[in-house]
Amino acid sequence: MKVGDAEDNSNGQELSLSRGVQRSGGHYCALFAPRDPCLHPEVPTCTRRSVPATQPEQPRGSCRQQVPVAGKLHRGSAATGTTMEFSELIKTATVESVLLSCAGLPAVKGTLCITSHHLLLSSCPGGDAQPGTVELWLLIRNVDAVEKRVQNLGWYQPPGTNGSPLDTRLAGSSGTITLRCKDLKVLQLEIPGMEECLNIASSIEALSSVDSVMMMYPFFYRPQSLRLEEGWHLFPLERHFQQIASQTSQWRLSHVNQDFTTCPTYPPSVIVPAAVDDDTLRKAARFRHGGRFPILSYYHPKNGTVMLRSSQPLTGPNRKRCREDEMLLGTVLDKGERGFIIDTRSAQAAKQARMTGGGTEPKSSYPQWRRLHRPLERGRPLQESFMKLVEACNDTSATMDRWLSRLESCRWLSHVKAALSTACLAAQCMDREEATVLVHGAEGTDTTLLVTALAQVILDPSCRTLRGFLGLLEREWIEAGHPFHLRCARSASSHARPKQEAPLFLLFLDCVWQLSRQFPFSLEFSERLLLTLFDNAYASAYGTFLCNNEKERCLCKVKENTHSLWAWLNQPEERTKYLNPLYSHNPLVIWPSVEPQSIQLWQGLFFRWIRSSQHLDEAWAEIQRLVESKDPHAKEGVGKRLSRSLSDPAAQTENER
Amino acid sequence: MEHITTPKVENVKLLDRYTNRKAANGTLYLTATHLIYVDASAEVRKETWILHHHISTVEKLPLTTAGYPLLIHCKNFRVAHFVIGQERDCHEVYASLLKLSQPAKPEELYAFSYNPKMSKENREIGWKLIDLKVDYQRMGIPNDYWEITDANKDYEVCNTYPPEIVVPRAANKAVVIGSSRFRSRGRIPVLSYLYKDNNAAICRCSQPLAGFSARCLEDEQMLQAIREANPGSPFMYVVDTRPKLNAMANRAAGKGYENEDNYDNIRFKFIGIENIHVMRNSLQKLLEVCETKSPSMSDFLTGLENSGWLRHIKAVMDAGVFLAKAVKDEKASVLVHCSDGWDRTAQVCSLASLLLDPFYRTFKGFMVLIEKEWIAMGHKFAHRCGHLYGDPKEVSPVFTQFVECVWQLMQQFPCAFEFNERFLLDIHDHVYSCQFGNFLGTCHKEREDLRIFEKTHSLWPFLLQKKQELRNPLYRGFTAYKELQPNTLPFSFQFWCGMYNRFDKGMHPKQSVLDHLLSCMSQRVKLEDNASELENKLPFLDGPLPAGTCSLSKVGSAASKTPMLNTPQDYEEEPHPVLSNGASAEDSVMSDGDQKHRENPSGSEKLHPLHTAADGLDSEPRTGSGCTTAGL
Repeated sequence: MKVGDAEDNSNGQELSLSRGVQRSGGHYCALFAPRDPCLHPEVPTCTRRSVPATQPEQPRGSCRQQVPVAGKLHRGSAATGTTMEFSELIKTATVESVLLSCAGLPAVKGTLCITSHHLLLSSCPGGDAQPGTVELWLLIRNVDAVEKRVQNLGWYQPPGTNGSPLDTRLAGSSGTITLRCKDLKVLQLEIPGMEECLNIASSIEALSSVDSVMMMYPFFYRPQSLRLEEGWHLFPLERHFQQIASQTSQWRLSHVNQDFTTCPTYPPSVIVPAAVDDDTLRKAARFRHGGRFPILSYYHPKNGTVMLRSSQPLTGPNRKRCREDEMLLGTVLDKGERGFIIDTRSAQAAKQARMTGGGTEPKSSYPQWRRLHRPLERGRPLQESFMKLVEACNDTSATMDRWLSRLESCRWLSHVKAALSTACLAAQCMDREEATVLVHGAEGTDTTLLVTALAQVILDPSCRTLRGFLGLLEREWIEAGHPFHLRCARSASSHARPKQEAPLFLLFLDCVWQLSRQFPFSLEFSERLLLTLFDNAYASAYGTFLCNNEKERCLCKVKENTHSLWAWLNQPEERTKYLNPLYSHNPLVIWPSVEPQSIQLWQGLFFRWIRSSQHLDEAWAEIQRLVESKDPHAKEGVGKRLSRSLSDPAAQTENER
Repeated sequence: MEHITTPKVENVKLLDRYTNRKAANGTLYLTATHLIYVDASAEVRKETWILHHHISTVEKLPLTTAGYPLLIHCKNFRVAHFVIGQERDCHEVYASLLKLSQPAKPEELYAFSYNPKMSKENREIGWKLIDLKVDYQRMGIPNDYWEITDANKDYEVCNTYPPEIVVPRAANKAVVIGSSRFRSRGRIPVLSYLYKDNNAAICRCSQPLAGFSARCLEDEQMLQAIREANPGSPFMYVVDTRPKLNAMANRAAGKGYENEDNYDNIRFKFIGIENIHVMRNSLQKLLEVCETKSPSMSDFLTGLENSGWLRHIKAVMDAGVFLAKAVKDEKASVLVHCSDGWDRTAQVCSLASLLLDPFYRTFKGFMVLIEKEWIAMGHKFAHRCGHLYGDPKEVSPVFTQFVECVWQLMQQFPCAFEFNERFLLDIHDHVYSCQFGNFLGTCHKEREDLRIFEKTHSLWPFLLQKKQELRNPLYRGFTAYKELQPNTLPFSFQFWCGMYNRFDKGMHPKQSVLDHLLSCMSQRVKLEDNASELENKLPFLDGPLPAGTCSLSKVGSAASKTPMLNTPQDYEEEPHPVLSNGASAEDSVMSDGDQKHRENPSGSEKLHPLHTAADGLDSEPRTGSGCTTAGL
């Protein structure tokens, strides 16, 4: 049985569902869909169902042998050996009369249906004969935690029963499933029947914890409006390099990592000093954690200074040296020039890393470099900070004092402040001191990227456009090998044993949001884009954030078999939704304030599903209206003749003359 | 002028909050009304004006290597840290400021000397701008149940109430007089707001002199009359805004609260808002947090929590929301009091009115609200704001809290208010500035005795003149929102940086959406004027446009100039010699704003020199960027 056939389980009912989808009816749908491109119910089920047939099993099968991440399912695989079938994970596919409730919305009753990748709830407002409206269309991957509570109301005897134990059980037992989603929304499903409830819960749990990349929805999602290859090559490194090459000849594009042997987490091409040959790079890579030798992250066109990034050097307890690494960093600086190494660990942590083979660049071997330690939290402590914050946000019974003390003790805002400060320090070194900067922590895949990406948003106006920002994400997060698959496997509510989850990408988005608040005209994109990026990093219909690095993406054929989120966002009608109406190009560096008074909790994210945003949305609509009415091009209502005549600014200047 | 011994001190340094920034060097002047500091070290002349009345404390700090420090805290939360070379100068400035900031006699207040060159007629018209009778008419009063009585015309009933008060028609003179004997300071229950839709009313008074067992028939009749004035509801609420413990303690002093058994069909409820002393200390703690030099996030949040300030703001808001809900949803009248009924009661009643009635969210309505609930009903501005030399224990930020509650509402309902944050800040400034007569004294009688209506000006016409810059561009009009139902969960209350760190410009967003939208708006008005003009001119056929349209494109290009100032602050925890900051961009911008005053050194035509100086920061074009682009 093929994957995806599971959706046939719901047969006749599903057809009516799909009709309902096209009408895109219910209020839940209206709430979730527009914010969540991955949940967008634009594709009728039948079309989608046919897709797996046109996608032969071959790529999945062939890949499974090569890639560990695309390997077995965590559940269900034991019984069937290597063959994976979603249907086995679905114990109960449909349940009638399920009550769905969600904060801030009226509860709605309908038929719950589980497919391989989605949880659907359709209500039947006009009785059974009417096609249902889809009230919920939830990507199961989005489910972070499933909490179940069964009530066996044995004492309750419905009228008209004779009180036999069976009747009582059937009539009285029910269960509530609370779904805590990765995008932080919380849904409640009241399911009649204890058994159904438990079955649904375990089905969702099983489906949401499928760990195999190639079993994930992006490999099955086939929107009609997009072509598969679209969006995957929007930001080639070659073009980025050409821009740099037009201003300096000190850098070259190296393909030393073409087969991912020099560094498994780097992309095939990287930008390196022109004076350093590939052989030197290979040797320097052996001296860096995970092979992440120093490469160019950003060239500051304003004064020609650069920012490099790498992982920690493998100095180790014996204070090893590597001539090639020293040379690589040496060529970046002219004689007498000074560079700054921003280490995202404390001096002590960096020292301790020597015990496990890591360490820092000693002054004696790198005399022109000066180290600055700016400890940034990552890993478990950061994940816990996120979890504590979300827990505090969801506790609506807290008093003012309790809320403030929890906000303080979760330390999230401290992390935001620290990340912004460190990025500003890097930016300051480049822009003010005109010095070269090297950023690294330990592995160079987490806090390092946080700092380099953020510094670029601060320094470079071209990173503040929608296109430029997506390019930055592609370059500094995705291709740079931030392990999205590991870091975003679970969100804030998961009860699963934490592995390698850490919300570094969210922290980055939060910092960008802080910048957008302090510089409301300087970013071309709006908060909505940041929210969409957050949602998609954790659960998506698109392949953009799949896997941990380019090598894995290559092995899984992500770019061949999934759609790119960028392609979706670049559709003209989508794109406009993510634009900031107040944007006006700002060529300057945007120096944020990092005083605690200037840093706010990102309510739009952390309270997205908790508070009503109606009045704030109205304010944005009003801003949009004001800004547009100012612009004679977009102006309406002044009279068609006038606007037509005025719409050509060139004509006006002619008139003036 | 007799207090000024040293009108001019040279070589005075003004320290910046940000430690590593170079201190300014300049000259300090003392005038009859202002302290003026002229920065000589800046390239452009830069002036800082501080109104004497705005000075809250002056402290001499221990000698430093730079000289004798003088630390000035202002009531509008400005902090100025001067360093004076000579000890004698420092002491004389100190002694002068102590006297000047808190005069002993009311006649010395600025309002009595402030002369904006306005005709006598206009001044009088200004005082008539707000007429409370019109507001009562708006509520439909007088009607079958309520009347405006002049029972207090000679202040016989209550000397801290205005001559005209609104009471139930059913309450005759005997009831009014009887009730007044049973209420602290004679502050009987009077109408604050009538919700026309269902006849539920908000009334206010002071605590009853109930002690442990005292009763008063007339007072009971008064409450009955209020309840019966709202025939739609079988009961009314009596809300004591104090914590229960405080109210009980008052019983021992022969005061206290209503006994539910003695009054028919009342529902009694405590809402624990703390007293003026707790609030004063809370603000003190908050300001200490705001002043901390480069605090960590934890320091700040812990300090914010420990100050209790937002907890108090929430308590006031909760009380206002309770009142509004009782009136609107339960259709019940509410009688509110605290101890004397002029602090917490004023906060809560005015907030409830604001939540219930969109009129109070307009310019005019907000002025009426303040005149009615605060000024007329005897909030003791002179004492709470420390206008004159007096008991520091009487000072308390009661009005500040109300203003903050309004700001918190503006955050939740950005389109519901006709005015913007600056309007609130302006009013807050003038409550302390003593430049206008409105807030002088403690009650209507005292203001009559001071003859403020003859000798001083009213603030409101001056604010209305500035309407264009004080309006909210997002306001959706009178009818867009009726009652407001704010979220009162703790996270909905934010720290108001624009108030308590207002003069730390570096902390605020570097680009002002408000300014931008205001300019959009004024352009739109221009465009629409132009357009309608053109449409009239245009022949019915499509022909070439008259040359007049060219102005449109000019307007458009001006629009894209968005003001911005920005400079990196110190991102190092400790000053770092290699990464020192360059000259402050902010300073050079500051001068632009202040330059305005040079043209007008008397400050007499300026409404409030201090704040135009601050506003200049936002409104000036990108002078500040000079620093950022210097590296090019």
